[in-house]
Amino acid sequence: MSIAPAKILASLSINGSVVECAFNPNKTLLEVLREDVGLTGTKHGCEMGHCGACTVIVDDKPVLSCLALAVESIGHAIRTIEGVASEGTLHPVQRALAASGGAQCGYCTPGIIMSAVALLEQNPTPTRDDIAQGLSGNLCRCTGYSKIIEAVENASADLRSAP
Amino acid sequence: MSDERVVSTATNPDIDAAGFTADSKVESILIAADSKPAAKPEGFSVVGKALPKTDAYAKVTGAALYADDIVLPRMLHGKLLRSTQAHARIKSVNASRALDLPGVVAVMTGADLPVKYGILPSSPDEEVLARDKVRYVGDPVAAVVADDELTAEEALELIAVEYEPLPAVMTIDAALRTDLPKLHDNPRRTNNVHKEVHLEFGDLDAGFAAADQVFEDEFFFEGNTHAPMEQHSVVASAGAEGKLTIWASTQTPHYLHRIAAQVLQMPASRIRVIAPPVGGGFGGKTEPFAHELVAAFLARKTGRPVKITLTREEVFFAHRGRHPVKMKIRTGVKSDGEITACHLQTWLDGGAYGSYGVATTYYTGALATVTYKIPAYKFDGCRVFTNKPPCGPKRGHGTTQPRFAFECHIDKIADALGLDAAEYRKRISVDENTTTVNGLRVTSCGLRECLDAAAQRSRYAEKRKMLPKGKGKGIGIAASAYLCGAGLAIYWNEMPHSGAIVKVDRGGGVTIYCGTSDCGQGSESMLAAIVAETLGVDVMDVSVCASDTDLTPVDLGSYSSRVTFMAGNAARQAADGVREKIALVASEKLGVSAAQIGFARRRVFDVNDPAKSLTFLEAVQAAEARFGTLAAPGSYAPPRHAPEFKGSGVGPSPAYSYSVCVAEVDVDLDTGEVLVERITLAHDVGRAINPDSVEGQIEGGVYMGIGEALMEESAFRGIEHKIPNLLDYKTPTSLDMPPIETIIIETNDREGPYGAKEAGQGPLNPVIPAIANAVAHAIKGRVYATPITSDKVLRALDADGGAVLRVRRAPAHA
Repeated sequence: MSIAPAKILASLSINGSVVECAFNPNKTLLEVLREDVGLTGTKHGCEMGHCGACTVIVDDKPVLSCLALAVESIGHAIRTIEGVASEGTLHPVQRALAASGGAQCGYCTPGIIMSAVALLEQNPTPTRDDIAQGLSGNLCRCTGYSKIIEAVENASADLRSAP
Repeated sequence: MSDERVVSTATNPDIDAAGFTADSKVESILIAADSKPAAKPEGFSVVGKALPKTDAYAKVTGAALYADDIVLPRMLHGKLLRSTQAHARIKSVNASRALDLPGVVAVMTGADLPVKYGILPSSPDEEVLARDKVRYVGDPVAAVVADDELTAEEALELIAVEYEPLPAVMTIDAALRTDLPKLHDNPRRTNNVHKEVHLEFGDLDAGFAAADQVFEDEFFFEGNTHAPMEQHSVVASAGAEGKLTIWASTQTPHYLHRIAAQVLQMPASRIRVIAPPVGGGFGGKTEPFAHELVAAFLARKTGRPVKITLTREEVFFAHRGRHPVKMKIRTGVKSDGEITACHLQTWLDGGAYGSYGVATTYYTGALATVTYKIPAYKFDGCRVFTNKPPCGPKRGHGTTQPRFAFECHIDKIADALGLDAAEYRKRISVDENTTTVNGLRVTSCGLRECLDAAAQRSRYAEKRKMLPKGKGKGIGIAASAYLCGAGLAIYWNEMPHSGAIVKVDRGGGVTIYCGTSDCGQGSESMLAAIVAETLGVDVMDVSVCASDTDLTPVDLGSYSSRVTFMAGNAARQAADGVREKIALVASEKLGVSAAQIGFARRRVFDVNDPAKSLTFLEAVQAAEARFGTLAAPGSYAPPRHAPEFKGSGVGPSPAYSYSVCVAEVDVDLDTGEVLVERITLAHDVGRAINPDSVEGQIEGGVYMGIGEALMEESAFRGIEHKIPNLLDYKTPTSLDMPPIETIIIETNDREGPYGAKEAGQGPLNPVIPAIANAVAHAIKGRVYATPITSDKVLRALDADGGAVLRVRRAPAHA
């Protein structure tokens, strides 16, 4: 039993696949991803749009999934951390973060990666300041951001040198 | 100072890097202190290498499962009803209407689980849910579990609590008054004092009499909080056979295990505590919390798994953060600056409960003597209860606040005596292999090397002279020391502080079992590195099984910067146990003595003739054939060298790390805004097991120090937390961080595993006073209270030079 409104059945486009799922229409995209689709890689740190841990990419733009209703995402392309690596190959941002120690507790990491991937897709040659600006909505309490920014710089160089 | 500088990481070119080496762009320097033996990690194949962390892949792919990611069949969701009153008697709690709400499965009140507890055996003053009294806005009063979170939350509205409000005690001064109600019934007290400490070492009167000048200052350090990105979460499940399993985001699974057994009145053998990857702790997850015990109780009561995840607001209520502390320091010095005596007084605002507060109180005094030579020392500490979320241990536990005060005080002394602040600190630095006046044993000490390196790399002396005082640009320096693990466990016992088991599989895989909890500091990678180094295998050959009270030997937990030193030593001993067996068999096969057997690159060989060798796999299989299952335990207990006096248990540590920070700031003299332009931080880590991880800890400490220095504060409006969210509780973002230069100093501690000490907490401490000292250089006045916000800077500017911003008269001690 629940006091929540009746579930709706919807098809969501997540990481290139169509996922059919039933959820309460008052749920945020964050809640539906984590609870109804089982994609727990997307994290929550505040549920108020303050921390950036829940960042996903919707139609190529970084979105705070805790502030978006899941019903708003119907018909849009959603990308989560689970869809960033392809066939076991890490995205350059993931590879650079792993190599540099840019993930400590790792809780902000999925949100950071989504923001960084969206940034690099829009601006493949960001300056250090561009990167700091692009990640300024993602709080991290462990790293002091140095190794994260450095990793995004490395990833940008990597992407450019890729054939 | 040695001229030898190895840029980036020190590696042995003869030995292939296992995995891949990070291409670090951050300028980082390893400096071997020239007076220390074998400081260069030559001959190591894993130690000293900047390898990726063993959990890096899981963390960058979203595969790492944190407590809130765990979903079990038929799982219920719990919520806590929290007090709306700061201080009140509970006249009644009626939860029956909540039970009527469809979807609600059970409710719980304080009467259901009435055993009092506390992380320190000396202050068991907490209840799982308040029974007679609430003591802060946010104190848990009742709980609900329901089919889903929304229903549980809705049901909280249906619980009726009748309060009889009492006057709230919100400040240290109010807590010292005798005409306000006491938070806790203590017949020995007439006010809200929780703990008083009075200690004196050496001849204080003679010390002050011998002084040419006596300096006196008052400071205030504002409270702040850990704000880990992961909100606390727990899943509890009672199996059909009655065994309770608790998955909790905790830095201390062992203490949760002990206290769950005590509160639930169950044998510890029927409880299993598992700490999944913890999404940040910083000391905020080092003790059992109400939601964990509620989930455990309700999982047993309902027979269904229960999950409770705190909201961000509740994380601010759970708190256990940095104590607000006011401090008074009086120091006698000779005309050349030599300290002759020091008297430190601290008043800690403890919030509503004891938490680690007794230890925190001692810590505000204990480590004052470990940085500079102080021949006579008096410490008076006093912790009070107030109607606010309980304070506890945050990174630097109790030493951060007095370090801010003392380093500002020392800077003022240097200024008054016309001494260079860096050279002065070097002159009064403690020496290695000495004992402090309060009986603390200092072994390796790289403080002078840190001072030299930080001052040279930042060009401190030159900039200090070049930048005119009071013109908006400033440079400041500060130093500190920190523990490598508390010398005594928080509950009295004679058992090891850390245990480990290493098992080698006949397929060549190695597993280490250890109770450590990885909250992002990299304890699992550290364990893997130490075992891989000892057995000469690749880090990826080592599996780490950690933080599971059923499977792993006890480690007391991830606090007091103890894990590398203590669990690292236990891991090394366990790995050595297996290594001895393998070496014995290999020596017979190769026809050389066992002492001559080396381990590296997955080979076991004659160190004098490496061509004579076996593969690790061959050697392991021969050893298993000979000895049976290949496994060995390891244990570590710190040496007992504490002198005998009440309170002597707080302060001793098997070693101390040293840090020096130089901060460069730009202060807008019109707005008072402080911009940190550059930080240089040198840290004596003993040995960097993984330089990337050490840098990461240093950079994280610098970041948190900048936050505490400039913006973070637990602010209250009336009885309520004013800003319990991550927007208003300001933390530095990526835009607020200056360039950081880290300098790793290696002193090769003789008792540390491969010479290692700590990096998790020490580097934070000098950052705050270095910034304060830089601001004092940039403006004419000085800000005596944290955080150094624009309004305080402007008031200090108005006061025009050396004026005390804030004085609260020191109350007389009983």
